Amino acid sequence: MTVTTGSTDGVEKVDLVTVTIDGIQVSVPKDTLVIRAAEQVGVQIPRFCDHPLLAPVGACRQCLVDVPDAGNGRGFPKPQASCTLPVAEGMVVHTQATSPVADKAQQGIMEFLLINHPLDCPVCDKGGECPLQNQAMSNGRGETRFEGVKRTFPKPINISPQVLLDRERCIVCQRCTRFASEIAGDPFIELVERGAQQQIGIAENAPFLSYFSGNVIQICPVGALTSAEYRFRSRPFDLVSSPSIAEHDSCGSAIRVDHRRGKVMRRLSGNDPEVNEEWITDKDRFAFHYANQPDRLTYPQVRDEDGSLRPASWPEAFAVAARGLRAAGSSAVLTGGRLTAEDAYAYSKFARVALGTNDIDFRSRPLSAEEASFLASEVVLRTPSQGAVSFSDLESAKTVVLVGLEPEDEAGAIFLRLRKAVTAGTTRVVSIAPYATRGLTKLAGELVRTAPGEEAAAIAALDVDADTVLLVGERLATSPGALSAAAESGARLAWVPRRAGDRGAVETGCLPNLLPGGRPVSDAAARVDAATTWGVDSLPDSAGRDADQIVAALVAGELGGLVIGGVDPDDTSDPAATRAAIEAASFVVALELRETDVTRAADVVFPVAPVTDKAGMFVTWEGRPRTFDAVFSNPNSLPDLRILAGIAEELDLSLGFRTVAEARAQMEEMGPWDGARAAHSPVPTSSTTGDGLAVSTWKLLVDNGSMQDGDKAYLATGRAPVARLSRSAYDAVGPTVTLTGDRGSVTLPAEPADLADGVVWVPANSFGRGVLADLASPGSRVTVKGANQ
Amino acid sequence: MAIDDKTKSELREIAARYPEARSGLLPMLHLVQSVEGRVTSEGIELCAEILGITAAEVSGVATFYTMYKRRPVGDYHVGVCTNTLCAVMGGDAIFERLKGHLDVGNDETTEDGKITLEHVECNAACDYAPVVMVNWEFMDNQTPESATQLVDDLRAGKEVQSTRGPKICTWREAERVLAGFPDGRADDGPAAGPASLVGLEIAREQGWTAPEANNA
Amino acid sequence: MPDTLTPVLTDNWGDDRAWTLASYAARGGYSALDKAFAMDPDAIIAAVKDSGLRGRGGAGFPTGMKWGFIPQDNPKPKYLVVNADESEPGTCKDIPLMMASPHTLVEGVIISSYAIRANKAFIYIRGEVLHVIRRVQNAVREAYDAGHLGKNIHGSGYDLDVVVHAGAGAYICGEETALLEGLEGRRGQPRLRPPFPAVAGLYASPTVINNVESIASVPSIIGNGASWFSSMGTEKSKGYGIFSLSGHVKKPGQYEAPLGITLRTLIDLAGGMREGHELKFWTPGGSSTPILTAEHLDVPLDFEGVGAAGSMLGTRALQIFDDTTCVVRAVLRWTEFYKHESCGKCTPCREGTWWLVQTLAALEKGQGSEADLDLLLDQCDNILGRSFCALADGAVSPISSSIQYFRDEYVAHLTHGGCPFDHTASTLFAAEGANA
Ligand SMILES: Cc1cc2nc3c(=O)[nH]c(=O)nc-3n(C[C@H](O)[C@H](O)[C@H](O)COP(=O)(O)O)c2cc1C
Ligand code: SF4
Ligand code: SF4
Ligand code: FES
Ligand code: FES
Repeated sequence: MTVTTGSTDGVEKVDLVTVTIDGIQVSVPKDTLVIRAAEQVGVQIPRFCDHPLLAPVGACRQCLVDVPDAGNGRGFPKPQASCTLPVAEGMVVHTQATSPVADKAQQGIMEFLLINHPLDCPVCDKGGECPLQNQAMSNGRGETRFEGVKRTFPKPINISPQVLLDRERCIVCQRCTRFASEIAGDPFIELVERGAQQQIGIAENAPFLSYFSGNVIQICPVGALTSAEYRFRSRPFDLVSSPSIAEHDSCGSAIRVDHRRGKVMRRLSGNDPEVNEEWITDKDRFAFHYANQPDRLTYPQVRDEDGSLRPASWPEAFAVAARGLRAAGSSAVLTGGRLTAEDAYAYSKFARVALGTNDIDFRSRPLSAEEASFLASEVVLRTPSQGAVSFSDLESAKTVVLVGLEPEDEAGAIFLRLRKAVTAGTTRVVSIAPYATRGLTKLAGELVRTAPGEEAAAIAALDVDADTVLLVGERLATSPGALSAAAESGARLAWVPRRAGDRGAVETGCLPNLLPGGRPVSDAAARVDAATTWGVDSLPDSAGRDADQIVAALVAGELGGLVIGGVDPDDTSDPAATRAAIEAASFVVALELRETDVTRAADVVFPVAPVTDKAGMFVTWEGRPRTFDAVFSNPNSLPDLRILAGIAEELDLSLGFRTVAEARAQMEEMGPWDGARAAHSPVPTSSTTGDGLAVSTWKLLVDNGSMQDGDKAYLATGRAPVARLSRSAYDAVGPTVTLTGDRGSVTLPAEPADLADGVVWVPANSFGRGVLADLASPGSRVTVKGANQ
Repeated sequence: MAIDDKTKSELREIAARYPEARSGLLPMLHLVQSVEGRVTSEGIELCAEILGITAAEVSGVATFYTMYKRRPVGDYHVGVCTNTLCAVMGGDAIFERLKGHLDVGNDETTEDGKITLEHVECNAACDYAPVVMVNWEFMDNQTPESATQLVDDLRAGKEVQSTRGPKICTWREAERVLAGFPDGRADDGPAAGPASLVGLEIAREQGWTAPEANNA
Repeated sequence: MPDTLTPVLTDNWGDDRAWTLASYAARGGYSALDKAFAMDPDAIIAAVKDSGLRGRGGAGFPTGMKWGFIPQDNPKPKYLVVNADESEPGTCKDIPLMMASPHTLVEGVIISSYAIRANKAFIYIRGEVLHVIRRVQNAVREAYDAGHLGKNIHGSGYDLDVVVHAGAGAYICGEETALLEGLEGRRGQPRLRPPFPAVAGLYASPTVINNVESIASVPSIIGNGASWFSSMGTEKSKGYGIFSLSGHVKKPGQYEAPLGITLRTLIDLAGGMREGHELKFWTPGGSSTPILTAEHLDVPLDFEGVGAAGSMLGTRALQIFDDTTCVVRAVLRWTEFYKHESCGKCTPCREGTWWLVQTLAALEKGQGSEADLDLLLDQCDNILGRSFCALADGAVSPISSSIQYFRDEYVAHLTHGGCPFDHTASTLFAAEGANA
């Protein structure tokens, strides 16, 4: 029998098999496991080792059922593990609900599991949400018959700085080790010893340093794995859970925020099969303390006559900001990557309507005009529902080419999805990169070795077809011609920025060449369309300055005022210049979560709400909107858009919204531009030559980024900064090197890697103030010296 | 102690015997023991590096099999079979006697570093019960007295011959053979011990044979 | 019912330097190989099927049928793996075979590999038998030197390489899928089936795994004909097999006889029980097969006969215990063995053996109550058939069978406040009754 099920990319035929479970007939796709077929008829078979995203092992034996007919008229003489048994046409299954044999078998297993369990539920983190505890209640016998000696282990051991293992609680279901080897590709935890002494272990001096380590805590069916940070901090029944979307990358991973009395206690992965499935990165899980640091801003401030910042009321701050901006003359807007789409929309509209300028840019990082053009022509408005590349497309694509993108560091959910595809044998990964990273090795990927600047040529040389997906990272902005080559490659293309707010900022027009909804600034009709929705006469018609130009113009005195939100100067192409621009600006309005160099230099400082305090939307790299509600209702914590509306009102303007809901409604009303999109103006590749080594760099997943502050255990799991050199260069300089560039010198341990000669790789933000502030300007070269040279 | 280049190349040689290198891991760990006297973390890391797997994966294997030792083993590993049949036939008494005589517990090594005593499971020599294994060579039909004499001889450096094999070599030398590097002693010792031949001898005496071949 | 011995595999064990190629060749060794090369591989499989040979590793699965499961249209390489892990308590036949006549095994490996179209074979020998490993390593080297292994063997165009692989101490690696894990350099934990090794075994390629004795029997079948082999034995249990007698008989050792011989006959051949003592209990096929008693002396030792008596033929490892032996002590020791050897993968075996040992140990000390016997039986019921592999089924065999036959003896421990037996009386060196 076949039926059709709708799926995003067409219609698939699925063979159905009909089985009878506890007397109820059910038809399920062929190869379905009995344990899941039973769920279809509402029977929950108890289980521990089974996990839908892990290969079946049949280890715990908790899920035994009676199978009087295997579909061939004959039954199994013994109970069968339903988590390893695929359905067969005509199969008859009796679960614990109808079979005394299955029920006794399950009770027997449960009794065995409990004989060596410490039964310390009252002090266990898992107590209250523990599958063992719950299923012992539902499927176990009341009292134990075991009167002997329990197995004991010395108390919890650290298997990483973040993850602790309590071996007495472990039921060796292998979920954690299977996750580590099957999903993350980091088999640093393994079963060790055997028999009753079997346990989870690590090798000496080799902790479980996986970027995805926290997932094992979540899928452990008992309280054996806990996080150093959360341990003993609260009990599940004291917690309130709110679904949300992770703010650390452009994957839009579904998360669950567990909180108590206005404080986030922990974060877990949500379950979204279309996006992150059931996994998140450790950054998404553990990096949330940044919002509660002592330097968190809680009230508006204005600069006093004596030059210091003093607290101000909201109305006063709005008024001072409006007055200052009016007096400053031409003003510009710089935003960072953390904004929700609604907030980004507010900045975009504020720039156009309140400041009358297209001088706005969200790219607080190295950028190019080529990129702005590429975003306007190839990226904006593309969504999976209209055929843009999605997570699931990564699984079906024959080849996925990565350029300027290291998914394990920069987009964890992409990394895991690619690994799934590669392990299933459906997809091949090719990476145009300076060297084969550990991440690429785990993807069994093929390296197209390039020095910085050679990406365009490498893309042009690719053999692509319609089954090839090309994922380009934001770092390609610094490689002239590369994005143009990508646009012309003929592959299915997606742009993967690093930050959660970046794609939303593109969609809402936080760019000098784009208005919200993909309306090109250069297109008069698009401008009129936007002006009409906004109820204004006209919008500025000349393309604005990009972030680098804004900085230059402020320094040159061509611009006076600056509205800046969520920008860390050290991320920008020229940190010193950005600082100088803020100094030089005649009036600076800063919207920030925490005190920074920017707020210290600003004339008016507004505290903004962290993601927990507001509703909003992130747009994933795919173009998929991901909305979330506020976790906390905190009336004193205002989203950026509310603040911008307040300033606008003091300028006698109305942005037409004061709340997230109103902003979102307006965005929807405005809708996407249905006119012609801007054509990409291709840029030729230009090779840089010079003395010294070209610098290749990106940010590691765990690094010094300020949104990772506050969890020592998490930070300790980061990879130590090293400089990577080609083997021959390494042999020449030895294990410690000093790199010197146009912005400074840094000394780091060195490691050989399969880099091209003439290239050095360093992590972008893992030492000092980072590469851009402390070492070299984008595209420049550095010299390298050994410690004893 | 650092593992030398010769050993490193022998480890690679073991891995190369197999269609997939990881298959070499068990013999490789035997070789590690032959040079290190136990499985060291250096040995684990080296195997991991050669096979392109993690040290945790190697540890998982090294801790699964009982012949791999975490603590240094003496020159002679004396394994007394105390599985049921040998135990009943006298293995328990032998083991007790040796513990007292050597003043060590199970899986412990004498102070002079010569002898590591362990009780072992059935070693497929039940027809020679009670059985003692020295460096995995058979010492058949032991008694508490013969076993104490045996360990005394070993400690005294006297030559000891396996009842069904060659002169006893050291534990490290034995581990090297297990790693697949023969020591040229295959031709020592008899083809079979007496118990292996009892049935054959009766058949010979009685003139019993299998039927004639009827090649059709 | 057969009552004479039929030395085939053991026939040359007494020869001078029987382990050498020279000795083996002198009595016609490796001639079956030429006969095999003259046959189509499928004809060899058919001959092994026709012979009725059933696996000698314990389960008794028809060997020819197993070979026939190898999907010859599968493009992956095929492998033969010889299970020489012999670790089942009481089993001691493969080890003397490989020590005395390793070339019988090597010749069997070549013919069997040729039949299933494998060009690579592995002999996985338990690590704790150093001299046996030497002998097999040596035989393989000799076979290479003589052109029985390597490229274009005997001009047949057939190539075969053999690797001798030493295990490292794990009973579970006798279980065929755990053995494959060990051979792949992993923890020896059994694999999920399906897929069966015939379809996806070593390196996920089609693989035949056979016991040493099964493979060593192949040259005789090819050399003498399938009907020669099937003329021995009983209706469904054909051929000869090595019966290993150990324990309280006068002449423990290896007795090669047609399947279906009885323990009564074998004990007679072995000179009877120890002087002055009677048979109390015995294992027909290693400790994993339920024990039997004197009432079973006339049970035909074939797969069907022993099965009908409530046990299993297993590996024909006849461990014989007389009336001096405490059954509770014997069973406790075996249970400790299973606890020690449990691989740890599944709950009932890992935790169950932990518990069983404690319950039994208390009973042996005379602690507890008769209710504990029912608790023991219930634990066994919760383990048997609930675990991942057959190791745990084996673990409960001695317990449930001993309670079946010797419940009173368990109770006697309770009433006596400990073990009523004098353990020295059962030793080989007990004052009287010592053989030799
Ligand atoms: C716990 C356990 C241990 C086993 N040990 C051995 C063994 O040592 N040798 C052996 O040949 N088979 C052993 N077997 C049986 C093997 O799994 C397998 O059935 C056998 O090797 C197949 O070969 P055969 O068909 O030639 O008998 C064992 C099975 C189990 C469950
Ligand atoms: S630590 Fe948890 S997930 Fe890992 S094996 Fe133990 S119980 Fe299972
Ligand atoms: S029954 Fe389970 S624990 Fe025991 S050996 Fe088999 S798989 Fe391992
Ligand atoms: S859930 Fe089925 S065996 Fe563990
Ligand atoms: S019981 Fe000791 S060798 Fe078998």
